[in-house]
Amino acid sequence: MSNATDVLIIGAGGAGSSAALHLAQRGARVILLERGLIGGQATGVNFGGVRQQGRDPAELPIARRSREIWARLPAILGTDCEFEVTGHLKLARNESEEAELIAYLDVARNHGIALRLIGRNALHEDYPWLGPTVVAGSYCAEDGAANPRLLAPALARAARRAGAEIHERCEVTGFAHDGAGFAVAADGLRFTAPVLLNTAGFWGGGVAAAFGETVPVSPLSPNMLVTEPVRWFIEPNLGVVGGNVYLRQIRRGNVIFGGGHGENDPSVPCSRPLPDVGAAAMRRALELIPALAGVQVIRSWSGIDGQMPDGLPVIGPSRTTQGLIHAFAFSGHGFMLGPAIGAILAELVLDGKTDVPLEPFRIDRFAGGDSSVVRAEPQQQHS
Amino acid sequence: MKFDRRSETSRPVVGFFLDGKPSQGLAGDTLMTAILTQDGYLRRNEFDGGKRAGFCLMGACQDCVVSVEGRGRLPACTTYLEPGMRIVRP
Amino acid sequence: MTVAIVGSGPAGTRAAEVLVRAGLRPVVIDEAPDNGGRIYQRQPPGFQRAGKQLYGFEAGKAAALHACFDDLRERIDYRPRTLVWNIRPDGLNTYGDGRYGEVAFDQVILCTGAMDRVVPLPGWTLPGVTTLGGAQIALKGQGCAIGKRVVFVGSGPLIYLVAWQYARAGVAVTVLDTSGFTAKARQLAGLLRGGGTFMKGLHYIAWLRLHGVRIFEGATPVAIEGGEEVAGISFRDASGRARRLLCDAVGMGWGLKPETQLADLAGVPFDYDAGQQLWLPRRDAAGRSPVAHVFLAGDGARIAGADVAELAGTRAALAVLETLGIPTEASVLARLDAAIARHAAFRRALDNAFPYPAALAAAVPDETILCRCEAITAGELRRAARETAMPPAPEVNRAKAFTRIGMGRCQGRVCGPAGAEILAAALGCTVADVGRLRGQPPVKPVPILAERAVA
Repeated sequence: MSNATDVLIIGAGGAGSSAALHLAQRGARVILLERGLIGGQATGVNFGGVRQQGRDPAELPIARRSREIWARLPAILGTDCEFEVTGHLKLARNESEEAELIAYLDVARNHGIALRLIGRNALHEDYPWLGPTVVAGSYCAEDGAANPRLLAPALARAARRAGAEIHERCEVTGFAHDGAGFAVAADGLRFTAPVLLNTAGFWGGGVAAAFGETVPVSPLSPNMLVTEPVRWFIEPNLGVVGGNVYLRQIRRGNVIFGGGHGENDPSVPCSRPLPDVGAAAMRRALELIPALAGVQVIRSWSGIDGQMPDGLPVIGPSRTTQGLIHAFAFSGHGFMLGPAIGAILAELVLDGKTDVPLEPFRIDRFAGGDSSVVRAEPQQQHS
Repeated sequence: MKFDRRSETSRPVVGFFLDGKPSQGLAGDTLMTAILTQDGYLRRNEFDGGKRAGFCLMGACQDCVVSVEGRGRLPACTTYLEPGMRIVRP
Repeated sequence: MTVAIVGSGPAGTRAAEVLVRAGLRPVVIDEAPDNGGRIYQRQPPGFQRAGKQLYGFEAGKAAALHACFDDLRERIDYRPRTLVWNIRPDGLNTYGDGRYGEVAFDQVILCTGAMDRVVPLPGWTLPGVTTLGGAQIALKGQGCAIGKRVVFVGSGPLIYLVAWQYARAGVAVTVLDTSGFTAKARQLAGLLRGGGTFMKGLHYIAWLRLHGVRIFEGATPVAIEGGEEVAGISFRDASGRARRLLCDAVGMGWGLKPETQLADLAGVPFDYDAGQQLWLPRRDAAGRSPVAHVFLAGDGARIAGADVAELAGTRAALAVLETLGIPTEASVLARLDAAIARHAAFRRALDNAFPYPAALAAAVPDETILCRCEAITAGELRRAARETAMPPAPEVNRAKAFTRIGMGRCQGRVCGPAGAEILAAALGCTVADVGRLRGQPPVKPVPILAERAVA
């Protein structure tokens, strides 16, 4: 028995679920395979930032495209996934960090993103709860945050309504390509299609390898903490230059923050936040907002994302196999991009092209030992 | 509803402050006992606004959390009363 | 070679005793100020009641357990008032007296005890409603009744014990026992195996009846009534008649459930036990878990009562010694194992006589709060189950992600059992199918602080 379809997608995170939706909406037959539960890894466990500010300029066109989709989520999905335009305030804690903020203003402007630089006095006046070491901030009014646990399931639900077939707890155990199309074995079933989308997160590296493409992706685990609900007072989504702490407060009052990395074993898969990393995040959070002292942390968590050496994801067609398209390893900041990635993948599949420049994300940019391809300053911030 | 002292009533009196007002408990009282022998609730839930007075009395349900000046947020059922404590009910 | 023991109730105390006798100096950590756990909770300094008044028929056992620990005090590294909020393969993360700390271990025995298992009722969040265990702690630990006219609702051995303790303290008491007589009668043979324990239970019931305490067996609670505090409780009696009681406090409970968060974080696998209707950490008869160096004993591993907890603590410590190359005579082990096994038949009969009322839990009205911490209703859980059910069987973690049930300060401790029944009923699957809530550190809330002292 074989399930033949137009497009097979492996991995139901934000990218895969969005791809299923966009393809199904345009009439393609889609089967999405997920070995765990939809949105169970990177897309579901990150900080929840819907953020354009601070990205590597290569990602900004995708981020702009995605931001436009985020605004229309209620119309597309029937839910906003608790997306709120809180603004993103990126903070500098010393002069050299401030210089970085300043340097990025032009980068943002060139991509149509208006940032407002706020000096020390105005910053402490506008946000009196900021700690004294904060010297400057860059504010992006368009940015915000959403509930990461809701996005991929909402995308998948809409995809299913549009006709996509989704299989959870369905692990892919084998791939093959016979020159005409793909055959994928999963959970005792066999699926075939001329097109295969690899949106398997960290495990996308393994999928790519099955088709002869070696990708230097390593497992990346965020280290997240959340507090009890307290009086709401932190309006913007907060980040810092360098990304070693990020923090936001939801309307219900819980403060979500993180920084650094947890530990993981992708072969299980399992991941765990680390007490020392949590302690460091606490210290940095207190430096930003002294009033958080004594607030109770009630839970921490982690997950597994894919990290590339240059901090940029792999997006684009396979270099070895016709019909295989990759979109994985979003290096800790793919949450916000998920909706657009799906739209872009649908365009690649159905139109053979997309307007969004994908050259910086080529899968073979690390091939042949060409170290000159490595970019400076990989992104640390987890969305 | 108030906690009803059935025994151990000849313990020394301990003064404390509840929501800024002077109050009294007995040495060995938990904050829950000290408060619930005076008044009928410990806190209000953040989301439905309802009055709460704890539930499990053993530090598991977390429904008895009160604020103690200088000590932060503590579970009333497993924290013992000290003289002069300033307790604020959230 | 450091052995850590988490919890100094019956299991933890006896485990410490065995290790000290073998020449070790275990680290014993407890959130409470002193040993005894909950059943043998020591009264605060300055309290004067005699053991018989506090512990009734168990006064002798309580005294022995306290004396045992007092004898050990100087020979163990004792950390009272200290929370273990995380466990890693070779150490514990602690918080106590305003400071964070770490305790390294080579072996650890988890004796973390249990808490009540409840069914939400309309009005159960009102001031004046506590668990059965909580009502008992108020009286035993603080000399207070939770009210002047108390209704106890639930089933299991504890309800009659607490009712008896309250009635003897002069409090007006009524009992709504949700278990039917038939279920109990069917278990008579097994219950009789409980010997003394069973007889005590009969004694409590007889005493209550003799002293005019009304006991409604086969009762179905409907709602706890009141505006800002408990004013009454409505129920249906065994014949289905609607009835109402005036009261100012309600104690509720349907058995106990183990506090297994640390076992979960330690990576111990769990299995659903249909007899206890609980997910339990896997262990062998001696208390060894599949995770090297992690041992489990007492009600924190499976509900079996204080007597078994003492035996299990002893047995687990002997297993630890064996791991450390200090064997115990086989006959000693055999006697201990036999004593533990003898209690099993009684425990099974208790589980069967007083099952968790799954039907009552599944029928919690839509408007009733299910998750106390986040104030989320049962109806919201049912709505989420219908909207988001995706094959194969969905489960409680996804339900939590969508509804916030279990995301509060208690991390699902209180709402977990009923939530699972409601979800299973809404989805038409078994409660085992919906899985169990995934645990993460901290197991209880810990504060954001800048300093981290390493103890």
